[in-house]
Parts: sequence; structure tokens; C-alpha cells
Amino acid sequence: MSDPEIAKTQEERKRMEQQLASMNSVTYDEEFYGGTNKADYVSSIPVNDEDENVDDNELARKMASYTAPKSLMSDMPRGGDEDDGSGMPKSKKIIDREDDYRRRRLNRIISPERHDPFAAGEKTPDPSVRTYAEIMREEALKREKEETLRLIAKKKKEEEESGKAAPPSEKAASAAAAAAGTKRRNRWDQSQDGDGGAEAKKAKTTSDWDLPDATPGRWDATPTPGRVADATPGMGRRNRWDETPTPGRVVDSDATPAGGATPGATPAGMTWDATPKLPGMATPTPKRQRSRWDETPATMGSATPGSVATPGQGSYTPGITPAGGAGLETPTPGAINLRGPITPEQYNLLRWEKDIEERNRPLTDEELDSMFPQEGYKILDPPTNYVPIRTPARKLLATPTPLMTPQYAIPEENRGQQFDVPKELPGGLPFMKPEDYQYFGALLNEDDEEELSPDEQKERKIMKLLLKVKNGTPPQRKTALRQLTDKARDFGAGPLFNRILPLLMQPTLEDQERHLLVKVIDRVLYKLDELVRPYVHKILVVIEPLLIDEDYYARVEGREIISNLSKAAGLATMIAAMRPDIDNIDEYVRNTTARAFSVVASALGIPALLPFLKAVCQSKKSWQARHTGIKIVQQIAILIGCAVLPHLRSLVEIIENGLSDENQKVRTITALSLAALAEAAAPYGIESFDSVLKPLWKGIRSHRGKVLAAFLKAIGFIIPLMDALYASYYTKEVMIILIREFQSPDEEMKKIVLKVVKQCVSTEGVEADYIRNDILPEFFRNFWVRRMALDRRNYRQLVETTVEIANKVGVADIVGRIVEDLKDESEPYRRMVMETIEKVVVNLGASDIDARLEELLIDGILYAFQEQTSDDANVMLNGFGAVVNSLGQRVKPYLPQICGTIKWRLNNKSAKVRQQAADLISRIAVVMKQCQEEQLMGHLGVVLYEYLGEEYPEVLGSILGALKAIVNVIGMTKMTPPIKDLLPRLTPILKNRHEKVQENCIDLVGRIADRGAEFVPAREWMRICFELLEMLKAHKKGIRRATVNTFGYIAKAIGPQDVLATLLNNLKVQERQNRVCTTVAIAIVAETCSPFTVLPALMNEYRVPELNVQNGVLKSLSFLFEYIGEMGKDYIYAVTPLLEDALMDRDLVHRQTAASAVKHMALGVAGLGCEDALVHLLNYVWPNIFETSPHVINAVMEAIEGMRVALGAAVVLNYCLQGLFHPARKVREVYWKIYNSLYIGAQDALVAAYPMLEDEEHNVYTRPELMMFV
Amino acid sequence: MQASDRFNINSQLEHLQAKYVGTGHADLHRYEWAVNIQRDSYASYVGHYPILSYFALAENESIGRERYNFMQRMLLPCGPPPEREDD
Repeated sequence: MSDPEIAKTQEERKRMEQQLASMNSVTYDEEFYGGTNKADYVSSIPVNDEDENVDDNELARKMASYTAPKSLMSDMPRGGDEDDGSGMPKSKKIIDREDDYRRRRLNRIISPERHDPFAAGEKTPDPSVRTYAEIMREEALKREKEETLRLIAKKKKEEEESGKAAPPSEKAASAAAAAAGTKRRNRWDQSQDGDGGAEAKKAKTTSDWDLPDATPGRWDATPTPGRVADATPGMGRRNRWDETPTPGRVVDSDATPAGGATPGATPAGMTWDATPKLPGMATPTPKRQRSRWDETPATMGSATPGSVATPGQGSYTPGITPAGGAGLETPTPGAINLRGPITPEQYNLLRWEKDIEERNRPLTDEELDSMFPQEGYKILDPPTNYVPIRTPARKLLATPTPLMTPQYAIPEENRGQQFDVPKELPGGLPFMKPEDYQYFGALLNEDDEEELSPDEQKERKIMKLLLKVKNGTPPQRKTALRQLTDKARDFGAGPLFNRILPLLMQPTLEDQERHLLVKVIDRVLYKLDELVRPYVHKILVVIEPLLIDEDYYARVEGREIISNLSKAAGLATMIAAMRPDIDNIDEYVRNTTARAFSVVASALGIPALLPFLKAVCQSKKSWQARHTGIKIVQQIAILIGCAVLPHLRSLVEIIENGLSDENQKVRTITALSLAALAEAAAPYGIESFDSVLKPLWKGIRSHRGKVLAAFLKAIGFIIPLMDALYASYYTKEVMIILIREFQSPDEEMKKIVLKVVKQCVSTEGVEADYIRNDILPEFFRNFWVRRMALDRRNYRQLVETTVEIANKVGVADIVGRIVEDLKDESEPYRRMVMETIEKVVVNLGASDIDARLEELLIDGILYAFQEQTSDDANVMLNGFGAVVNSLGQRVKPYLPQICGTIKWRLNNKSAKVRQQAADLISRIAVVMKQCQEEQLMGHLGVVLYEYLGEEYPEVLGSILGALKAIVNVIGMTKMTPPIKDLLPRLTPILKNRHEKVQENCIDLVGRIADRGAEFVPAREWMRICFELLEMLKAHKKGIRRATVNTFGYIAKAIGPQDVLATLLNNLKVQERQNRVCTTVAIAIVAETCSPFTVLPALMNEYRVPELNVQNGVLKSLSFLFEYIGEMGKDYIYAVTPLLEDALMDRDLVHRQTAASAVKHMALGVAGLGCEDALVHLLNYVWPNIFETSPHVINAVMEAIEGMRVALGAAVVLNYCLQGLFHPARKVREVYWKIYNSLYIGAQDALVAAYPMLEDEEHNVYTRPELMMFV
Repeated sequence: MQASDRFNINSQLEHLQAKYVGTGHADLHRYEWAVNIQRDSYASYVGHYPILSYFALAENESIGRERYNFMQRMLLPCGPPPEREDD
């Protein structure tokens, strides 16, 4: 349609619509639809509908499949970097690929250094350092606190529930009733009582409020500025002190007039409250909660504005909201940078800020001129006292935000810092990312280095080096790393780790950066050795998370560091550092600690750790300690594998009590550890498990759920260690439970049950009859159901188990049971059946299958093969191939039917189906030959031949593969279509650029050239030669190799002359890879047709005065002599003049290639009496020893090595002697290099050839023994 | 050494060679080289039985004594090292 026509139609439609609108203008609700003009609507549908309107049309369109709602899809969470739309590649940050559990590493605190009793000796520890006892006390308090809080929460909840039951007005009364008449003033006291009730402890009369005083807890524990002002609200820390107040809580504090002068002033008001969401704060309840905030207003730092102005005045004690303001600072870029770790959100904020800054920058005079009219305005001078604000930090402070009120202390401004511009760093330091400012910001201060104290200078130096390691170029990084290593002891452990470790906790760390920093730690550790002791825990805190990283190399790295650390610090220090973490309240900490302990065990030996483990696993104090101890044993088993064997009995004894522990988690982990131990020890060590057999087998009768699953798992791993008799007995014992659990709906249980069945069944003592009668019926009834095929892991486990059962009971039983299911209506299920049959049949063959079953099988397979619709259908193909191949000649009756199916499917519309049909032919071709179905194959050959016009490359490749398979089995002579028809059809296909096509085609052509070249006229072969040249460009090495070989076959078939001419011409092309392949082809032609047919033409080609050609000739010679080996002795004299010339050529590459030809020649003819020619050539090679170009010098050195082999070391030594003590150092260097390789190659042979040295006054240099004569 | 040379195979070659006892370098003194030659020679005599028996015959010593002597002579085969002129 032409444009005017469209315009006309649109015009018409618009008119119609206007008429319509005017007709029913009263029908729609004016109020809702307002005065919007209908003309504003889009009145026509755009021609190409793929752009922005898609979203609107989406609603109307019927959905093709179930998917997530569009709104969700377009609102997918993306990495922080992508959000600013800068088109950055995928984020490489570690944090972005971590799950929540792994992110908990950021919750940990880099603890301050600890007391080192080894270094201190008998001295009483300095009160400022933390000793082991102190830490243990802290941990105990922390645990108690957690317990108390938990109890408070529980109480609260109960109370609330009971409160909900009663009407709100009676809430207080009912709460009192629930508390069973205990006298209570308010909830704070309640919590105490709850605690006391649980722990029955009088000592706990002090309230939680005193806790921070009593324990130098987190606040003292974080001397690094990075953690104190933790501005990361969303990190889920347990300690509420750090949390930004939520509005809900602020409301509450508002009601306390004394404390809550401003909302932001009482940030932590309710943090001790276990239930932050207090009910009914908006609607005041009769029983108003009283907070201690208003009881003791005097100590409130936040209430008195004066104390804010002077933050240093004693009001900063940890007992009172220590850093109330610190966490609250508005995250403006200027303020946060040097304070605390920055969250990704804050980076974004920072970026936006920068962006906005850019847009809101003051307008220049020119811009103003262009905006305003020329006349009517007057430019005034600025007031004389006006000074523009330059520093961005101040500019941001110019507009105070409400949160910054009383408690905000204005940070000291440093004029030297500029954060908005990525400044050129002084002293060739690498670029600093915004995230790095908080760590390396000090480097930007252009303070004078001399003014700093020595310590500060040291710090600066460390920072510089670290920055170079982190962000620098490889050479920078290398030197910095070396300096850090060399000076590690000068810097001292403290300053080093205080700088490195916070960097590793940086939330935006990338893999590469972490790797580098970890490397720094590793190197530094090695140097510092025992100095590292006070820092062990610090290091562990940052390294332990590596042990559970999803990246394998990170895990290995983590292990290496911890292993080195334990070697440096020693066992006692390691235990002292990690013991407190073993019963840490946080499961994450315990988990990583257990893993770290296993590394320590593998580094220092298990025996050293055994007493400690024993103590921990029998700890009476907390189940967490026992749990972790047992987990350590599990991790040891996983980590060191069969090396647990010598200590197996002691390890089992240590953990065996866990099986009867009162805590369910401990029982579970004990069983899992036993499983790990048994797995590691397999197939030895059953005697070590004697003591746990009884509890395990008893346990499975009394336990349910998770514990049962763990027990079963342990049994599954122990049974394979037993000898036949016991295995059979114990299997029968456990089988009752297993069969009961067959019907468990729990997925995890299912997997474990399947695995245990597999393990039991594969054990020697378990009889086939028993399996057949007792296990199979229930097994198939419960597991061979469609649902199992849907979950990938279930699917695999079931197939494996069934195959294992089949190994015991034979093919017929298993296949007989599932063969009917090949016709099931669910495709995934059919696929699972097929895969199982395939594996079983491949393992065991098909001799057990009787005629009836065979019929059913073929029938089912054909059905399943034809009915498949899904894409990943290789299972069906493999299954078909496997069954047909194992049945062998028995397939004969079914072959016509199979071929019929194949032929029909070759004609299918779907490319996938055609491809599969062709692939199937190549799989069953061998069997067809066995069945003497040559006629059928010939027929298939013709059919395939007809489909050579296929346009899908994948399919075409498969068709060529099928043809190749047929040609291979029936031979060239019997092939239909005859070769002389087939090959010309293949020639154009050689042009196809698709890899699969190329590969299959060149294989087929090569095969024909090899076996049946005489069926094709020479002219056709020449044509193919030209096509083959193009294939030398292929990316895949296999294709290039096949091509080069094909040249050899063709040359053999039609004589080398024509092929050679083609190849020699090809040496003139520009492309290097092409030329290289051509030279290889020439060499192969020479090898297959004897060198004398090729050499004359080749040497003649050297006369062409063209660099590429001559080099090509030399290269061919090099390959040629490499291939023909000792045959070269007949040709060496012929090519010597040519090589002479090449070795004297000005062009480096000539000399290089000629040298490598000489090398191959020398190696080929060693010991065949061509020394004269070789010495002659060596005389030409030798002057090249001073070349500096790496490839040339390499080739020359190798040529000399070749000469050493062919001429003997003595000859080359004589060449060498002239320069070993040459006055020029450059000369000596080269000669010594040659001497050294000579010496390493033939040390003994040189003894006879060393020169005679004259004695000196004190020294005897002569070797009189050699003068002896009998 | 040029910057480009630093990473290629040749520099590695020298490094590799330096790992073997008996290899030399541009600053090797005549004495050190001679010591290496002597030790190599003795090692070779001891290692080849026919040569050892030949020397034994010529010196009218037992083969074992001859072997012992050669081994002994491998310590300071050329006498004490000369005074190094400082460089």
C-alpha cells in the first residue's frame, strides 16, 4: 500500500471515531474518565509491533505457556552495577553470587589481637590484650544473652497470644494471669524472671542493661574504624545496636518526652526489646510500656545536646548508647567515605550524587549568554565578600538533613581530600575505585611524608603496596607483592594484618582481588612465622568463609592458608583461637570453624588433635560444642579421605556417644560423620565400626524423619565394608525399615533410601534371590512411578539404583518389569525407562532376554523413539543404539520395520527428527552388516544420497555421518549409490562452512580417497583438491588434520605432481595458517609418495624470489625431514646447498626455518654416516648463536642440540671452547649457555674431550690418569 | 636484559640450567671450571668399570682401592681455591 492510501484510511477512521465519540459522549462517566480527549489515544496499531507497545498488547494476547507475571519479569533484581545503566558487564563481585548463608561472613568481626603465651613466657599478660580466659568468658556471656533474649521473645509471644485471646482492655489482667501471679513491675523485669526460671540462677539478677558494661563486647571488640560506624543496615546483624531505627520504634520513643527530643536521637531505644514490632503503639494501650530511657535521663548522652558537641566527654561509655549518632549519619558521599564500610546502595547513591552534581554545576557565562536575550539584562558584579563553595563535602553540609541534628558531629574537614574527581594518584599509584577510598583514602592526602611519624610512614607504605597489589598492573602487582613479602618482618604482623584483613571484609570485593589479597596473606604468613600468633583468630575470621565458597579454587586457597597458618602458629595457638568459636551461638561460625579445624587436623596430623576432639565431643556444657566436635570429625573424613584409616578407631570412639545424645541435631550429625568416615575408609576398616553397629541398627527402629535418614545413610556406607556374611545379615535387618520408608513422601528421605538400597544391593553377601523376592516388588511399586522422573536428582538416583539391582538380578528381571512402561504416556518417564534399559543392556548384554521379551523390547523402543517430542532426546537415540547393538543378529527380523521407521522419519518435517534418524543409521550400521542386510543398507544409502540437499547443517552433518558409516561397513565396491556418483555430489558440500558438515564430509571424502580412489576420475580429485585448500582454514584442528591427510591419499591415488602444483601455488597466499597447513600437506604428500617425487619441484620453487614462498619451502623441508626420519640420509646432500643459502639469508625467518630443518635432518640421520654434510651445515648454523629474537635463537639452539646427537658432544664442545672465556661478557654468556645444554645433554661424553689445562703453582689442573698407558 | 626477554623461554632455559651442578656461567673462574672437569672425570672413571680396571692395571692397585682413591680425590681435586682478586 502506498503512503497516501494509508493516510486516507487513517483519516477516515479518525472521522468515524469522532462521530462515534460524539454519539455516545454521554455514556461514559465524566468523573472517572475526565475530560480526556479521545484523540489523545493511539488510534492505529504500529506496523512493527515489537517495540514498546508490546507491554500493552501483552494483556490481550493469549499466553502460550505459563510464566511469571510480566511485572515480575521486568522487575527482576539486578546487580548494583547494572542499575545505573552504565552498560557494565556482569558484576564480578563475590557478594553478588553468594547466597544469604554465605553472606553471613560479613557479620563476623575481626577480633583484636590476642595474648600470645608463647612469646610472653611466664609474664602476666598485659591487661590491654585479650587472653583466652577472657574470650571464653565473653562467649559464655554472649550465649547466655542469646538464650535470655530467646526466652524473652518466647515469653512475649506467649503473652501476646494470650493477649490476643482476651479483649484488649483486659490485656494487662490476662498477662498477669498468664504469669501465674508472679509480681512484676514491667516487662523488663519479666524478662529477668523468665531467664531466671529457665536457668534457675541467682547470679543473673542484673539486667541485660548491664551486660555491655560487664563484657567488653562488640564495641570494644571493634577497634577498626570500619566496623564501629557500621552503616550497613540490611546485613541482619544480631546485635541491634547497629541497626538503623525503624519508624515503628521511633514512634515509641516519641512518647518519651525526655529521651526522645528528636526522632533520630534515640536510635537504639528499643533495641533490647526482643519484639521490635510492638502491638498497638498507634492506639495507646492502657498498660503503657515504660522504658528505662526516661528513668535515667541524666546519663543519656543523646538527651543533652551539650554532650554531642563534645563527644569525647566521658558520656561515650559503652554502657550508654555508645555511638548512637555514628550509625545514623546520612549516607552522603562526603561524610561516609572514610568512616565505615559502604554498602552497594551507598555506592549507587554516590554515583547518582556525582551525576547530579555534574548536571547541577554552576552555569558558565557563555551558557547564560546563550540562554538570555542580549538586551534588557545587565550583568552585575558579585558582592565583594562572596566566596563560592568549592569543596563538595561542605556543599552537601550546607543543607542539613533532619537526621543530622543534635548527635551529628561534623567530621573534620580535610581540604586535601577530593572525592568527586578520580584524581591522578601521586607516585604512580594505580586507579582507586570509590569503594577503596575508605581504606586507601589517606593516600590521597598530600601530607608531607617527612612530617609523618615512622609508624605512620610504615602504614602508608603498606597501604601503597596493598593498593598496588589490589588494583595495579601485573608488573606493579608483582613488585609490590615481593616488597610486602621481603619486608614483612620489618612492617610487623600488626600493621600488615590491620590493613589487609579489613580489605578482605570489603563487601564489594571481587574474585580476583580476593585471590590477590589471599596470596599476600599467604606470602606474609610464611615470612612472619610465629609472629602471627596474636592474629590467628583475625585471619581465620576472614579466611574461613573461603572454605565454604562455591568456587573450588577459593576453597583450595582457603585450605592452603589455614594449613600454613597452623604450621606457623602451632597447634596450641590454633586451638586457643578457635575453641571459643566451637560453641558460638551462630551456626555459621560453628560450621566454618569445624571446616577450619579439619584443615588444621590435616596440616598438623590427626593424632595431635585427638585429645582435644575427645574433650569437645564429650562436652557437658553445650550441645553446640558436641555438635561442632563431631562435625570436625566429619570434615576431617571428607577432607583427607583414606588417610583417616590409621586413626579410624579413635575417631569412631570419639563420636560414638553422639548416637545416643539427648539432642537430635547431635545424633544426626553423628550418623552423618559415621557415614563420611565409612565412605573415606572404604573398603577397609569395618572392625573400627563394631561399636557403633548396634546403636545404629537399634536407632533405625526408634527414630523417624531426619535422624532416621542420617542413620540410614551411615548404614548405607558401612554395609559395603562388611564381609559377605555380615553384609547379608545386616542388609536384611535394615531392609525392613528401608521398605517401610519406600513410601515416605519426603524427597530427601527418598534419595537416601535409594542410595542405601544401591549400596546394600551391590554388596557381595546379598543374594539375588533375596533381592528378587523381598525388595523388587516394593521397590518397583513405590519408585517406578511417573513422579520420580520429574525431579532430576531423583531420576538419576533411581536409574543408578536400578542398574545396580540389575547387576545382581540380571537383565531379564529388570527389563521385564519396566519394558511395558516404554509405552507409558508420560515422556519423561519413558525417557527414564529407556535410560535404565540402555545402561542395563550395555552392562550386561542381551543374552538373558528371551524371544518374547525381545519382541516387547523392540516394540517399546520403536514406540518410544517415535513418540518423543522433547529436544534433549539423545537418551532415546543412545538407548535404541545400545539395544540394537547388544541384540546383534537377533534384530534381523525387526530390521525392515526399523528401517521403515527411519525412512519415514528421514522425511519428517522437523529437522531434529531427521537428524536423529540419520544418527540412528550410523549407530546401527554395524549390526545391519552382521545381519547381512546389505541390500537394505544399499537402499538406505540411496535414500540418504537423495537427502544430501538437506539445508539444515546439523542434519546434513548427520546424514554424511550415516553415509560414512554405511560406506565403512559395506565397502567401496558394493556401495550404492556407486562411489563415482556419490563423490561429485560431495564436492560442493565441501564448501559448506558448518563445522559438523565439514568434519563429516572430509572424513567421508578422505575415506573414499583412501579406499576407493580408483572409482573417481582424476579430474574430480583435482577439483576436490582445490576445495580442500579452503578447508585448511577451518578452526577445528580435527578438520585441518583430516584435510591434510586427505591430500596424502589423493596424491597417492593420482600421483603427486598435480596435487603438488596446487599446493605449491597455495604457498603464495597471504594467510599464515593456510600456508602452514599447505606446508604440512606438502610434507605429507612427500611422505606418502616418497620424497624424490616431491623434492625437485619443491626445491625449484625456492627460486621464486618471494619471501612467503621460500619460507614455505623451507618449512615444508623441515616437516618433510621430520616425517621421513632416517629416510633423509638419501636426500641430505641434495638439499644442503639450498639450506646453505637459507642459513646465510638476510631474512631472520629464513635462517630460523632452515635451522629447524637442520635440526630435524640431524636427528633423523644420526649415526648414518652423514657427518660431513652435517659439520658443513653446523658451520653455517653456528654464526647465528648471537641472534636475540626468541624464535630464531630457539631454533638455532635446537639445531645445535641436534648436532650434538648426530656429531657427538666432543665436536660441539670444540666449537664451544673458543668462547667460554672470551673477553666480551656478551659472548661468554652465549657460549656458556650452549656449553650448559651440552653438559646437561652429554655430561659423560665430555670427559674425554675436555681440554688439557696447565697446572698452576697451587693447583693441579691436569688429569694424569688419562695419560696412563699399558 | 631487555624487558621483552625477561619472560621468554630463553631466560627460563638459563634458569633451568643453573639448577644442575656442574653447569657454568659467564663469571665462572678457571679454577671452578677445572674443579668441575676433574670431578666429572673421576665420576666417569668410577662409573665405567672397564676404565676403572684399566687404571687399576696400569697403577698396579686393586680396583676397589682405585675407586676409593678416585672418590677421595673428588674433594678439592685441584687443591685449595686460589685467592680471589676482589671484584
